[in-house]
Amino acid sequence: MSYTLEGRTGNWEVVVGLEVHAQVISESKLFSGASATYGGAPNAHVSFIDAGFPGMLPVINKECVAQAVRTGLGLRAQINLFSRFDRKNYFYADLPQGYQISQFAHPIVGTGDVEIELQDGTIKHVGITRLHLEQDAGKSMHDQHPAKSVIDLNRAGVALMEIVSEPDIRSPEEAGAYLRKLRQILRYLGTCDGNMEEGSMRADVNVSVRKAGEEFRTRCEIKNVNSIRFVMHAVEAEAMRQIEVWESGGEVVQETRLYDPSKGETRSMRSKEDAHDYRYFPEPDLLPLILEQEWVEGLKSSLPELPDEKRARFCTEYGIPFYDAGVLVAEQATADFYETLAKGRDGKLAANWVTGDFFAAMNRTGKSIENPPVSVDALGQMLDLITDKTINGRIAKDVFEEMVETGKMPAAIVEEKGLKQVTDTGAIDEAVTKVLTDNQDKVAEYKSGKDKLFGFFVGQVMKAMQGKGNPALVNEAVKKQLG
Amino acid sequence: MSIFDLSVAGAAKALKAKEISAVELTTAYNAAVAELNPRLNAFITTTPELALGQAKAADARIADGSATPLTGVPIAMKDLFCTEGVRTTAASKILEPFIPPYESTVSGKLKEAGAVMLGKANLDEFAMGSSNITSGYGSVENPWKRQGSDAKLVPGGSSGGSAAAVAARIALAATGTDTGGSIRQPAAFTGLAGIKPTYGRCSRWGVVAFASSLDQPGPMARNVEDNALLLNAMAGFDEKDSTSAEREVPDFTAALSRGVKGLKIGIPAEYRLEGTNPEILALWDKGIEWLKAQGAEIIDISLPHTKYGLPVYYIVAPAEASSNLARYDGVRYGKRVDGEDLIDLYERTRAEGFGAEVKRRIMIGTYVLSHGYYDAYYLKAQKVRNLILKDFTDAFAKVDAILTPTAPSAAFGLGEKMDDPVTMYLNDVFTVPASLAGVPAMSVPAGLSADGLPLGLQVIGKHFDEETVFAVSAAIETAANFTALPEVRAK
Repeated sequence: MSYTLEGRTGNWEVVVGLEVHAQVISESKLFSGASATYGGAPNAHVSFIDAGFPGMLPVINKECVAQAVRTGLGLRAQINLFSRFDRKNYFYADLPQGYQISQFAHPIVGTGDVEIELQDGTIKHVGITRLHLEQDAGKSMHDQHPAKSVIDLNRAGVALMEIVSEPDIRSPEEAGAYLRKLRQILRYLGTCDGNMEEGSMRADVNVSVRKAGEEFRTRCEIKNVNSIRFVMHAVEAEAMRQIEVWESGGEVVQETRLYDPSKGETRSMRSKEDAHDYRYFPEPDLLPLILEQEWVEGLKSSLPELPDEKRARFCTEYGIPFYDAGVLVAEQATADFYETLAKGRDGKLAANWVTGDFFAAMNRTGKSIENPPVSVDALGQMLDLITDKTINGRIAKDVFEEMVETGKMPAAIVEEKGLKQVTDTGAIDEAVTKVLTDNQDKVAEYKSGKDKLFGFFVGQVMKAMQGKGNPALVNEAVKKQLG
Repeated sequence: MSIFDLSVAGAAKALKAKEISAVELTTAYNAAVAELNPRLNAFITTTPELALGQAKAADARIADGSATPLTGVPIAMKDLFCTEGVRTTAASKILEPFIPPYESTVSGKLKEAGAVMLGKANLDEFAMGSSNITSGYGSVENPWKRQGSDAKLVPGGSSGGSAAAVAARIALAATGTDTGGSIRQPAAFTGLAGIKPTYGRCSRWGVVAFASSLDQPGPMARNVEDNALLLNAMAGFDEKDSTSAEREVPDFTAALSRGVKGLKIGIPAEYRLEGTNPEILALWDKGIEWLKAQGAEIIDISLPHTKYGLPVYYIVAPAEASSNLARYDGVRYGKRVDGEDLIDLYERTRAEGFGAEVKRRIMIGTYVLSHGYYDAYYLKAQKVRNLILKDFTDAFAKVDAILTPTAPSAAFGLGEKMDDPVTMYLNDVFTVPASLAGVPAMSVPAGLSADGLPLGLQVIGKHFDEETVFAVSAAIETAANFTALPEVRAK
């Protein structure tokens, strides 16, 4: 069922394309040796190149190029062996050179494809138009001084990848799924940390609406939206606004808008007439960027396994359901944790424990996969205790909680608390006999056809054995004694 | 013989033989600068104390045997090269208070070689001009005079201060930069030799940018040999300049004595422009005869797109300049004129900081890059630029070097040709094509005009074949035996 918004004149389809600015993970900036790390005192990471001093020249950082190529490969995209930098000219106080070095006519990465999964399990493809490298600008702050603006150039010159999608997205949900998937791929590749709060990933959202079967109508661009939730809200708010404009006989004008999360609405930033004329032209300080196919192949062969492939492999290799595999590969660290745990063990059992008690404990304790409530080794040893029947599943839950609580190893807890499973059939028979003797009325009811009471007897036996009875043996003994 | 008659090579010899010390040489030049600079205005900033300190260090190097041919040689540094701790203005008021915390690669190499910097030479503002009248620090006077006239003449430009300083002998040699003729034309106007190396031969790092795809540092000196000595020190790959060439630098002085026997010299028909001063054409013919006499083969060639050189240059260079000069906004360094808001600050700072010619070129450059005009101007110009390059590539399939005049006239008077910028732009007609093609070209003093002013011939070579340029230039120099001296000079 496709997503539509209902207006007075009928249903409207929403058309969305996203331009994502992803900050490249690299030691130094795109064209200078200054540190590209986040934070630091204002203007601590600034070279004369970043500050646009006279006579300073850019030199391309090879690692940033490699990161862009890796990302292109991860997006199953065309890698352009020839690309070129252009200057995008405009004046702003935090743009020291008076131009941004970007790739306009010849981006480093061409068309690609991202697969997204929707709530109902539908798989959809979103086309990638291009990815290009460019420099970030600095940061202007207008609230630090009554009469002046202050500028921090730490970010000026840091490499960004602008990843442009085709207008293939048709709902807020798809926009969110696309951004989450893109972020997941970037994190897997280690090319961007995807941290939207710190601004290392930001989205410009292009929105238009149309009636079914129509050509695209005029779009508006919502600049710099900095969370996935806000992107989803902005798409809906902007679509509603445009529907209202069309339906009241007006015309949507192409413009740049801003999303105000506190009001949940978009407002005009500048119209097409006020749009900058960026006067793009080829950057004469840099030669065209020529890549060798061999070098690209080298990057390709050293690429990590990406989420889609990993998910498919988990399903076949560990025999776990597609859904569970999706949960496990959401974050690379989780997938690694799971895989370490599942190696040489029962994959399904491992998956159940990770997605069940382990995630619950992580949420409850506020810990993370990097700093887990229970180490992968400890959890593994516990699974081994289940598998070799030292403890049963019921007791395992208690052991696990104790592990979270005390950080002790499972074997020690089992030992200490005497939680070892009882497989001594003599002891089990004895316990069964006692339960049946104590509950003769129930035995009579059972024998007259109340089958459901079987579970009651098993429960009573387990209770009498402090949960340590081997469930299969207990079942068997109860069945036998009831005749 | 006066100390001021020494060439760079001669000074190096005298210094090495301890006939003279670097301190003596520098002291003499410092005094000459102090005497003549107030009149010539060849330097924007003089650095006599710094020079003396460098001279002392040079003497120590000469004593311990680690001297290079430039150790202790006092030179003028075009004020477009950023010099650490020494004010660098690009002859613009917008950079009046700017003291770079870094040293340009080329000036750094000269410093390392032991050259002594007397000061920062005047130029056209941001190197935009052919007469040195656009400097924010006053125009420069050419030390040469027309016979029987005391009228002040321009030294050419943009490296006019460098040219005047070397011609007047208040510097032994100088650095220049050449974007469309800024080394060659002032060299011709002042009786000097000067070479624009192949684009990429010298690093542009630390040189205030005018037009990035054209700018190229180079030397200016009294003879061809001195140019070779300077270029040996200035040239070389620099990883900080992505457009600098990663290739070996030969010893250019070795090429000086090669001679021209068997060389094929091209004479481009298109440079025989209608209306060119007959004196210039006559000198060109003389040059052809000199080379022929020394065994070169003269071949008529065609550079069919020559006439588009100037229009292309005056689109490409301003386009790049309009972008390169955007950084002078009053925000981080240099001049700032406060305003009501950011836009006002920009407007006031740039209105006060830039001179008329710079503003004109920023306007032209902004226009040709604008939406709707880009294809018709900038893109078209780039296409024609490729055709001009092809002209040279085709020609160099047939010849080893090309001989042309350097400029269409001798030095003109201050105040002449000033009313119309286009007339001024015509000065670059013979020098611009080699700049657009990126090939090396040298101006050599070859004779005097009827009223006693120096005239130059231009030798153009293949990409990275400065050696042939030096060989041909040396042959012309020998034949021309140019010994005339300007009226205003240190004695």
